[in-house]
Amino acid sequence: MIKLQNISKNYRMGEVEICALCGVDLDVASGDLIAIMGPSGSGKSTLMNVLGCLDRPTSGRYLFEDREISAMSDDELAHVRNAKIGFVFQSFNLLPRFTALKNVEMPLVYSGVSSQARTERAVPVMEKVGLGDRMYHKPTELSGGQQQRVAIARALVNNPPLLLADEPTGNLDSRSGAEILNILVNLHQQGVTIIIVTHDPNIAARCKRIITLKDGGIISNETVP
Amino acid sequence: MNFLEIFKVSLEAILSNKVRSGLTMLGVIIGVMAVILLVSIGEGAKAYITQELTGLGTNLLIITPGKTTTKGGFHPPSAGTVRKLTYDDSLALKRRAWLLSDAVPIVIGTGSIKFQNKGRDTMIIGTSPEFERVRNLYVETGSFVTQGHVDSKEKVIVLGRKVKDELFGIENALGKVVTVSDARYRVVGVMHKKGMSLGWDVDDVVFLPVTSGQELFDTDSLFEILASTPRSEDTERAISQIKDILIRRHAHKEDFTIQTQGAMLETMNTILNVLTAVLGGIAGISLLVGGIGIMNIMLVSVRERIREIGIRKAIGARNRDIMAQFMIEAVTLSGVGGIIGILLGVGIAFLIPLFVTVLPTSVSLWSIVTAFSFSMAVGVFFGVYPARKAALQDPITALRYE
Repeated sequence: MIKLQNISKNYRMGEVEICALCGVDLDVASGDLIAIMGPSGSGKSTLMNVLGCLDRPTSGRYLFEDREISAMSDDELAHVRNAKIGFVFQSFNLLPRFTALKNVEMPLVYSGVSSQARTERAVPVMEKVGLGDRMYHKPTELSGGQQQRVAIARALVNNPPLLLADEPTGNLDSRSGAEILNILVNLHQQGVTIIIVTHDPNIAARCKRIITLKDGGIISNETVP
Repeated sequence: MNFLEIFKVSLEAILSNKVRSGLTMLGVIIGVMAVILLVSIGEGAKAYITQELTGLGTNLLIITPGKTTTKGGFHPPSAGTVRKLTYDDSLALKRRAWLLSDAVPIVIGTGSIKFQNKGRDTMIIGTSPEFERVRNLYVETGSFVTQGHVDSKEKVIVLGRKVKDELFGIENALGKVVTVSDARYRVVGVMHKKGMSLGWDVDDVVFLPVTSGQELFDTDSLFEILASTPRSEDTERAISQIKDILIRRHAHKEDFTIQTQGAMLETMNTILNVLTAVLGGIAGISLLVGGIGIMNIMLVSVRERIREIGIRKAIGARNRDIMAQFMIEAVTLSGVGGIIGILLGVGIAFLIPLFVTVLPTSVSLWSIVTAFSFSMAVGVFFGVYPARKAALQDPITALRYE
């Protein structure tokens, strides 16, 4: 499904150039559940941004469903993010002015789905993450765990094949974190490909594969038995 | 993402910050209101002048001594007159210029009128009976100056309404004798009340037979001759007829000037058009300032919502979707401001004449259309920069922005 070949991402810091990713090769198969681990500054976030088509690599090839991402225009990247990738962030990143339901509908707005059809599609997804009774609440009226479930619903509403979660439980207490993790594992069982960036070994333990980064390179890539 | 969707999103953003949006709109509201108001005052003045000049009488031609090369306008009688206009000139025109319905001699001066112990300084006009018809000013009681009075240089006087009221109060003035510069005149008529016309109080004036007037002012010349044609199509031919007759009488020199009502109107309109344009331009500047206010607020709004922009981009908004969102927000602010400004401007323009009677207003459609289009254009122009800034945000930086 995803093929990274010799991907590098360099940043210029004053006079020196630093590589956040230094020639990463990675294959992700459809239906995978991957944990990406590593210390701060190891390049985890940069890798997520590249995988999520938010950032372009400085060099290397990125194939997503056999399409060359590195050659795409901004608009084409926006389309991939809209239809193919769901994002779940550590800090939820919901729009505070809108209700939970409106937040979940948001990606459909940019796919050109009509207002009525949007609601019809968003409601079942909200029920799936257990928020059927919180649809008309604003994010500020929801607990952290509930907010993260809204974010997951938003990521799923367009049925993307890939879900990227950047420390999804980092801002949650352990019980909410466990709930979120259960939802993600369930989704994986339904066939969604999921990549989770995490510090938490307990989360990593439930994934099928653990990739460890250090200094912009992959130092281990092991399948969990 | 279709237009209506983006519009809804923009509207929600505007409504979520009502006070700020209102204050931002205020700049445009005042600008549009000022444009409509000031232009309507300019147009009102034009309509007023046109009406007043037409009210002088129909198809008026004014013949003044001295040759001026400029066309139309008001100017003092030229000093270097070769030959004066005389009463006989006016008689010749009346007799021989068959295209003219009237040719009225006019002498004008000022003098002090006394009755018993009351006196008043006022304007004195010496003229002939046709003046009534040519200038649309009619006598109310008694009679106007008659041809008999003119022919026999009789010492009679017709009082304007205000002069009569000042000197006689509610008493009857007819038959009474008043003194003008030591000469005694018998009152034969009192004029209708007419009011102000072009800044001149038509009621504060007295009329004498032209011959008596010339005697009073010790002159044999005229201030002007008022002529009129029954049909406006004849104006050009009437002018050449007057020229023929007068040039022959004036030793083959064209030492007089003929002004038409149309030319005077044209001159006034030119002046007032410039005035209207200047007023509108000044108001336009305030509209421009309003536009800068919109840009300022939009820049703040973009900065405040950088994270929102990042989120929207992460879930699939294209640059142009973000651009459209902020553009429509700016144009909505200026458009709604424009509409409110129009309503206020038109409303006040209708109210002004009710309270300030000397300030006529006339709201023209073109000023409304221009002001509104200009306000929309201001929104587009000053919205582009902030919207572009929003659209070009890097999604990663925007998502991390605190």
